[in-house]
Amino acid sequence: MLRLLALLLLLLCGPLVAHADDPLAELASGSFDTVRQGVEDLAQSGNPNAAKILSALQNGQLYYLPDHTLLIQADDGSYANAITGKAVSDDDAEARSVRINNSIRSVLDAALGSLRLFDPNPSVRLNAAGAVFDAHQPAAIPALDRALAKETDSAVKTRMQQARAAAVLSDPGAAQDARLAAVPVLRARGDEAARGVLASVADQPGPVGAAAKAAVASIDRVLQLWSLAQSVYYGISLGSVLLLAAAGLAITFGVMGVINMAHGEMVMLGAYTTFVVQQVMHAYVPSLYGGSLLVAIPMAFLVAGLIGVVIERSLIRWLYGRPLETLLATWGLSLVLQQVVRSLFGADNRNVTTPDWMSGATQLGGLTLTWNRTYIILFAFLVMAALMAALRYTPLGLRMRAVTQNRRMAAAMGIRTPWIDALTFGLGSGVAGIAGVALSQIDNVSPNLGQGYIIDSFMVVVFGGVGNLWGTTLGALTLGIVNKFLEPIAGAVLGKIVVLVLLILFVQRNPRGMFPLKGRAVEA
Amino acid sequence: MKLDRAAILTIVLVFGAALVMAALNQMTPPASAMHVPTYVIALAGKYLCFAMLALAVDLVWGFAGILSLGHAAFFALGGYAMGMYLMRQIGDRGVYGNPNLPDFMVFLGWKQLPWYWHGFEWFGFAMLMVVLVPGVLAAVFGWLAFRSRVTGVYLSIITQALTYALLLAFFRNDMGFGGNNGMTDFKAILGFNIQADSTRSALLVISALFLCGQFLLARFVVGSRFGKILIAVRDTESRTRFLGYRPESYKLVVWVLSAVMAGIGGALYVPQVGIINPSEFAPGNSIEAVIWVAVGGRGTLVGAILGAILVNFGKTWFTSVLPELWLYALGAMFILVTLFLPRGVVGLFRRRSRLEPEPEVPAASAAQEVTG
Repeated sequence: MLRLLALLLLLLCGPLVAHADDPLAELASGSFDTVRQGVEDLAQSGNPNAAKILSALQNGQLYYLPDHTLLIQADDGSYANAITGKAVSDDDAEARSVRINNSIRSVLDAALGSLRLFDPNPSVRLNAAGAVFDAHQPAAIPALDRALAKETDSAVKTRMQQARAAAVLSDPGAAQDARLAAVPVLRARGDEAARGVLASVADQPGPVGAAAKAAVASIDRVLQLWSLAQSVYYGISLGSVLLLAAAGLAITFGVMGVINMAHGEMVMLGAYTTFVVQQVMHAYVPSLYGGSLLVAIPMAFLVAGLIGVVIERSLIRWLYGRPLETLLATWGLSLVLQQVVRSLFGADNRNVTTPDWMSGATQLGGLTLTWNRTYIILFAFLVMAALMAALRYTPLGLRMRAVTQNRRMAAAMGIRTPWIDALTFGLGSGVAGIAGVALSQIDNVSPNLGQGYIIDSFMVVVFGGVGNLWGTTLGALTLGIVNKFLEPIAGAVLGKIVVLVLLILFVQRNPRGMFPLKGRAVEA
Repeated sequence: MKLDRAAILTIVLVFGAALVMAALNQMTPPASAMHVPTYVIALAGKYLCFAMLALAVDLVWGFAGILSLGHAAFFALGGYAMGMYLMRQIGDRGVYGNPNLPDFMVFLGWKQLPWYWHGFEWFGFAMLMVVLVPGVLAAVFGWLAFRSRVTGVYLSIITQALTYALLLAFFRNDMGFGGNNGMTDFKAILGFNIQADSTRSALLVISALFLCGQFLLARFVVGSRFGKILIAVRDTESRTRFLGYRPESYKLVVWVLSAVMAGIGGALYVPQVGIINPSEFAPGNSIEAVIWVAVGGRGTLVGAILGAILVNFGKTWFTSVLPELWLYALGAMFILVTLFLPRGVVGLFRRRSRLEPEPEVPAASAAQEVTG
């Protein structure tokens, strides 16, 4: 209280007091308490050199001479007078550094924060206002008032008003009206930090405490909604990953009925294709490196698709109508593919870089959306849409549907069914390869990459209903969201176990998924 | 029950070989050329336990048409029950010397034994659990699955999910089963030093005894009237149902029996390898057990034993001589056996019997022709 009055006094008759109690002289001392007082005084003094001197102090570059002259040490080790900026030579032997401790450091941070409120760069001012908000020291109010008077940028102004409200509210000595007026400002801000400030005074008696309590409750409601939305976002994000992993399987297993246990390895091959494309582009066309993923997508489709066609022609076509044998043979194939990749690239994780346009995050209201997740969500839906369109509108899609619905009739109509089988399997494998490009951004690219997705992918396809791409989409999103909602309740691993058990129970009740196919095809 | 030559030969070979190995280990000095080193004894015991798992898989896959890709889960559960008994046998000989708590619980700062650990200090109770835990899990899972007519690939996939869920669960430290380190450092079984050569030899002979017992039991089951209906269910489930049988009951009984057989195999496996950890639940393990059966010959029982021993011997040999080639060999085995050797090794030597399944499932391929 006394300190506050003193500060107020200091501010009212600034220059006079500054002379009487020179902050620069206070700084040039060996006593922590005096230095601390000096920092506070200097921050309030309006001295044009204050920011420079205080930053030097923070960086450990502020020195003083026995006659209380402050020196700033430059990076090359030479000294200059802190006020005049004139170089000082010869007396560096007598220069002593101004030492600081933790208590000074925190005062210094706050002081520098309020000084930066006057920085010409608006983004620096915005950050400074944020720092002042976080500290919410009543001592910062005068500086905030002066900064607010000069401020023109509306975003910065809002942030400064919030900082001022936080400081006023945290000051038990401030007028009740002012404190009450501060509550709605903080409520309007409505984030965790504002809630923290309000909650710290909510226990106080009187109208301020009551108003703060009401504001905390209202913020809690809003925050809860946001965290719900955030969970949904995470759920959709996980669902989109599942969807990508399962999309190819929806073709090979869902449409063709082939139990391809090597599906995960197709995803893995797509991820390794991304790695190779990035390496090649890094070596030969570094200028286009940022677009490497866009090149990798068609490449991964081709690589995985071609391998898929080869697998179908050499292995799977001998096993149609024998699902269990197919399962075993493709499992064997998956072991071989993993070992091939391990021999070629080594067992370690390979480093696939994320392009700049995919890193970072954006803030949408109370939501944090990371760019790579957001792009993967969009990409997953794009892939699904393309797949559905390909099956629905292209001649190849027409033939594929014809063959899967009635093979003999299709053959009688002149469709080369074995060729269509190979292409369908190639399409499913190629889509798995594309999924690998996306998964390389969020998962470790190792020979075991695919194994982690195989059970989940089958679950998604079975859950959604075999042979139904809409079902697969909905199944993936449902599983993703349920998983993310269970996680805070049960923990990540237990949540996954619960989802698996629920799925097992679901398959027991609905052996043909959420959207079963109807008609004669069911018995196939 | 009449035994054919192959069955008698199998029993004589398995039991005889185990007895001879144990005797040579015990009665000859280590320097002798006839001496069988203890690590070979342990290895042979391990193979016999795997053979029990293969037998269990063959019983459901070869004779009831249920391709379980989660049988290693029952094996591992039996193993965990035995592991818990062995942990309690350690007593105060652990690193922390706590007479009441296994080392990993002391390490995690637990104050008392969780309720589900009580009773495992008694051998009889632990052995009851070896049978009960896999049996009850199989009964619940099977009752739900067979009653709602989940068949074929769908059943295979949910058995994978089952073992995967158990894998994740047993990795958790707060489950109280040792987390990802599992249980190890066993000292004694029934008071005998578990590291001693004599204990090892005895365990090998006991494993052989159990394997032969399980083999005879499985032969008896598939040769009985019950087994005939089981084969009918395997070949055409709907027709069997139309004849007035309840396929789900037959499948459930053989499923539970098979799970118990696998659990006993797991229980004998743990003291011989000296460790049980969650990796036994890995989905790949269950699928590997299926390939043992496929290599030996599905639906022959003798083939399951033969396949398990052959493949695992191959694995031991490969991983010591050409470790990087093992996965190629295993993968190629999966592919080649399914493509070219649908009746397995046993199929090379004998004519097809009525009991064996068709290499192609007729119902499925017929349906494929009509609608697929």
